[in-house]
Amino acid sequence: MTVSELPNSAPATLEELTEQRTWYKSALGLARRQPLGAAGLFVVLTMVFMAVFADVITPYDPEANDFEFMLAAPNSTYWLGTDQFGRDQLTRIIYGARTALYVGFVCAFIGAFAGLVLGVASAYFGGMFDLLFQRVMDVFMAFPLIILALAVVSILGTGTSNVIIAITIPFIPQCARVVRSSALAIREIPYVDAARAMGFSHKRIILRHMVPNVMAPFLIMLTTFVGQAILLEASLSYLGLGVQEPTPAWGLMLQGGAEEYAESAPWVAIFPGLAITLAVFAFNMFGDAVRDVLDPKLRSR
Amino acid sequence: MLFKGLKKAAMIGLGVAIGAGFTLSAEAETPKKGGVLNIVVGSKIPSYDGHQETTFGMIHPIRPFYSLLIRINPDNPSSPTDFVCDLCEGAVPNPTDDGKTYVFKIRKGVKFHNGAALSAQDVKATYDKIVFPPKGVPSSRKAFFKMVDSISAPNDTTVVFKLKYASGAFIPAVATPFNFVYSKADLDKHGYSWHMKNVNGSGAFKFVQHQPGAFVEGTRYDGYHHAGKPYLDGYKAISAPKMATRLNAIRGGRADIEFRGFPPKARDDLVKALGDKITVQESDWNCALFFTPNHKKKPFDDARVRRALSLAVDRWSGSKYLSKIAIVKTVGGIAFPNHPLAATKDELMKLAGYGPDIKANRAEAKRLLKEAGQEGMSFTLLNRGVDQPYKVVGTWLIDQWRKVGLKVKQDVKPSGPFFDSLRKKKDFDVSIDFNCQSVINPLVDVSKFLGSAGNNYGSYADPVLEDLFNKMNQEADPKKVRAMMRTYEKRILDEEAHMALTMWWYKINPHRSYVKGWKTAPSHYLNVSLDNIWLDK
Repeated sequence: MTVSELPNSAPATLEELTEQRTWYKSALGLARRQPLGAAGLFVVLTMVFMAVFADVITPYDPEANDFEFMLAAPNSTYWLGTDQFGRDQLTRIIYGARTALYVGFVCAFIGAFAGLVLGVASAYFGGMFDLLFQRVMDVFMAFPLIILALAVVSILGTGTSNVIIAITIPFIPQCARVVRSSALAIREIPYVDAARAMGFSHKRIILRHMVPNVMAPFLIMLTTFVGQAILLEASLSYLGLGVQEPTPAWGLMLQGGAEEYAESAPWVAIFPGLAITLAVFAFNMFGDAVRDVLDPKLRSR
Repeated sequence: MLFKGLKKAAMIGLGVAIGAGFTLSAEAETPKKGGVLNIVVGSKIPSYDGHQETTFGMIHPIRPFYSLLIRINPDNPSSPTDFVCDLCEGAVPNPTDDGKTYVFKIRKGVKFHNGAALSAQDVKATYDKIVFPPKGVPSSRKAFFKMVDSISAPNDTTVVFKLKYASGAFIPAVATPFNFVYSKADLDKHGYSWHMKNVNGSGAFKFVQHQPGAFVEGTRYDGYHHAGKPYLDGYKAISAPKMATRLNAIRGGRADIEFRGFPPKARDDLVKALGDKITVQESDWNCALFFTPNHKKKPFDDARVRRALSLAVDRWSGSKYLSKIAIVKTVGGIAFPNHPLAATKDELMKLAGYGPDIKANRAEAKRLLKEAGQEGMSFTLLNRGVDQPYKVVGTWLIDQWRKVGLKVKQDVKPSGPFFDSLRKKKDFDVSIDFNCQSVINPLVDVSKFLGSAGNNYGSYADPVLEDLFNKMNQEADPKKVRAMMRTYEKRILDEEAHMALTMWWYKINPHRSYVKGWKTAPSHYLNVSLDNIWLDK
């Protein structure tokens, strides 16, 4: 064998193959132990696939009107029917996944990370800072999520960016409160005192020593937030305060036709409604599974 | 599928036919007395003062408490020229003094609901408030009466209007249903804002109560000046902002009628569900939906860009399809379709965006955009957060503009912030706009297009247009007026493309078939005095 015939990559070592098998076995084992969580993850991954490859997998333009086919019932050409503007429902639902995931992930990540840092900092510093900060959080938490989001969007106006801000703001105190309670226990553990004694900065103690130890509740909050954000975005769009036409978004699709065509063209309301339900259900199932896996008490059972 | 379509068409046909039959047979039937009419109203009441309000949210529940000097003929409300006396006696007077003097004789024996006698002094005081309001007193229809020089009441039964120039717009302006006749004593004693929160009229019904956000209740006024009327014992105007609620209220029998109108799909659902228990009346509507570019913002200061926006819109095809899902239908120019002053189809087709060849129109739009250096430009369409017809037409417009390569986003705002953007902030690129009037009076209605008009949001000044408008309103020869209207229209919609019209609204009023005596009018503000209505239960 000459040098040119050598494979480009070296064959996997025994150690690597074992590692791959172990990962595969772990995933399979997890799916057996958490079938709902696995199903949730499958739906989430499907949504991500749909969102990323929407341009490739859909045959129609999601925004182009085609009145010749307005309110067509589901058929072999339009699997989920068309809306009052003759737009393909399936195409709009697939593109709608992009809007839902974009808003869901951005809101969840920003809200959860901000809550994480603020919650840990509040627990770490304690005293007057903690007291005042928690009262501010109390004020925010006194309002139901949708009411607070409505208030923010009515001040800022409609549109995707404003919807993201409106949904993110209520997430911050929710995450901060949960993370703080975990961080309060961690603060009393001697290694935090040791880090202080070694002269580490507050920033280093919070980010390097405390934050990694509150990841379990944080990850649970994060996955829950994605589902909540999708639902909130749909609610705001349904109320006409979120994403605007002609952007494909599930809540907006419901708002545009649910009331008027619920009887004569029920597919206009049913399919976007199902998409919202399925997405929120999937994220919640996945979140529950993450909680079960990360919770030592549940894990030992 | 075909069978379903035929069945639906047959049901609609049945409903409309019943409506038409009802119209023909209404006069032959003997009205029955009694019963309470339940009306659903899709908006709130800002105040009870007709002189300052402009919304159906006020006029539907409050109009039955008041009388007018003259009104549209309630038996022929679709006519733009058939006016009858309400508080005046006999026929609507013809002008004297070369069309510059109108003398109205006031009925004797009319009383306000508080028992005070109504005289010419009350009519004069009312019109003084409307036409010559003191500073700080709002009067929404002051501009309708630009031609009025003076109002006098030489005795208790005579009111004289002296005009600066003869005008065909005067009588329709007097018949505007918002011109409630108030008691002079109330105005003198309580001031000009008393009627915002209090009611004392001489209409067919007396005020009973108003539960804010819930309903307004009225009871029959036995001293009403039209003998034998009203037929109803009373009425209840129920507030129901959501269309689905109003629709279900009629469907479930909790309401009998809604005066503003429903979209075609709602009509079809009602007819399908209730069959001959529902009657549908339809009419062209004195409301038009426009889009207005903000001339203060680039590139909309360029007439080529504005023209291109209009050229891209396929009105004829839009009318065919949008009329199935929205309350718009008729393609028209600036004057109410089919009015003697309105453009004919041939005349319309000569205007930018009305040509029958949409491909040629769009090619011209692209050429103009290229010439203006605005190929594929992006902008935001400001829209009002009301489904019918604003949001539906807005979504359609965006698709029309996409076809000439424009990228348009939509910014939908609730009514308050929407008007704030139009009137105060003026921060929009292009906005949905509308012109809704009551009595069909094109000479006055088209004042909307003047840059100086209070309800014009284009931020432009066009002295040529102002001059044309003034000349047109002072011209007595109908042929010349019509020719001037065409010139005025061409300047607005074509040469300068200051604003562009999409379609005229179309009014669909499904109501319970036992509601008799009411005829739909070309405006949701008209024919809601309720004195002709009776219930055949």
